[in-house]
Amino acid sequence: MTAQHQPQVQELLAALPAVTQAQLRALHDQLADSADARGLLDVAYRTIDTPVGTLLLAATGKGLVRVAYDTEGHEKVLATLAARLSPRILNAPRRLDAAAREIEEYFAGLRRAFDLPLDFSLSTGFRRTVLSHLSDIAYGHTASYAAVATAAGSPGAVRAVGTACATNPLPVVVPCHRVVRSDGSFGGYLGGPAAKQALLALEAA
Amino acid sequence: MKGKQPFEVVVADHGAAVLRVCRAVLGPGDADDAWSETFLAALKAYPELPDDANVEAWLVTIAHRKAIDVTRAAARRAVPVAEVPESPAIQREDGRDLDLSAALTALPRKQREAVAYHYLAGLPYSAVAAVIGGSTDAARRSAADGIAALRKTCAGAALPEGETR
Repeated sequence: MTAQHQPQVQELLAALPAVTQAQLRALHDQLADSADARGLLDVAYRTIDTPVGTLLLAATGKGLVRVAYDTEGHEKVLATLAARLSPRILNAPRRLDAAAREIEEYFAGLRRAFDLPLDFSLSTGFRRTVLSHLSDIAYGHTASYAAVATAAGSPGAVRAVGTACATNPLPVVVPCHRVVRSDGSFGGYLGGPAAKQALLALEAA
Repeated sequence: MKGKQPFEVVVADHGAAVLRVCRAVLGPGDADDAWSETFLAALKAYPELPDDANVEAWLVTIAHRKAIDVTRAAARRAVPVAEVPESPAIQREDGRDLDLSAALTALPRKQREAVAYHYLAGLPYSAVAAVIGGSTDAARRSAADGIAALRKTCAGAALPEGETR
């Protein structure tokens, strides 16, 4: 087919019924359900609007595996999940119904602890040990990086605790926002200082 | 980052083209099922797909096989009828406009596959030939014959009753 013919053919075929976004969405959602039912959906995700911005939630069959702030770049986070866990990833909200509900309750001030299966496979070694101790810091309380290092069994590893918090794959749910500097100042936060302040203010109310 | 994109991106990028292809090859009735079967099979095989593979050609290859499955299943279900019903290809929706999708579905299988894979999915003729079998030239001829037939039906439809060109 020559270049002159091509536009005419496209014009001819333009008379075919259009594929609408609604049709594609329905097919996509059906695909997500079938894939989940057949065990082919390795990572399901959705987004949720919160007072600290839009959060990305992702879950494997084992549990919630990632919570990501807008500032982390949701596309980049999904690409990382594809590389580190599996590229069988679909926007499939159903698997995240419980997580979304609990996070909404948390931001509404109706929930003080999360009761969700968690998948820590994105964290290894000492970082994982640190994360497992963060849930010991109760709602509305804070602990210093040094105190968390001691609790994790390595009193000298204050900087490593900072790194573990900064790379927490499950912020909000695993409360790294409750870890502050020994002088009482907030310290850094992967969702930005404003988000950390907002979470601590919510829990202090 | 190098490596494979999340499958969600594959569906977003190619979902519409694959649906157009399924409709063209099977008609609108079976297209949704073929689309779903295609993407389920693709999702299953996706981790093993080489990173540098042409995703569109890969999806069309799967859709082609699924369309054959759907056609065979339909043939098994079909009950022979005494009278062959009038072809929907020559029925007009509003007296003047011809239903192009019906005309497309009425083309010989090779022709509509070649038209769908080249013009709707955008595969080069060499890739079309790899999917449907035969040579690149044969694929080009099938697509050209198919387009010529569609043009003829549409030209006929655009003219008032009784007139010919």
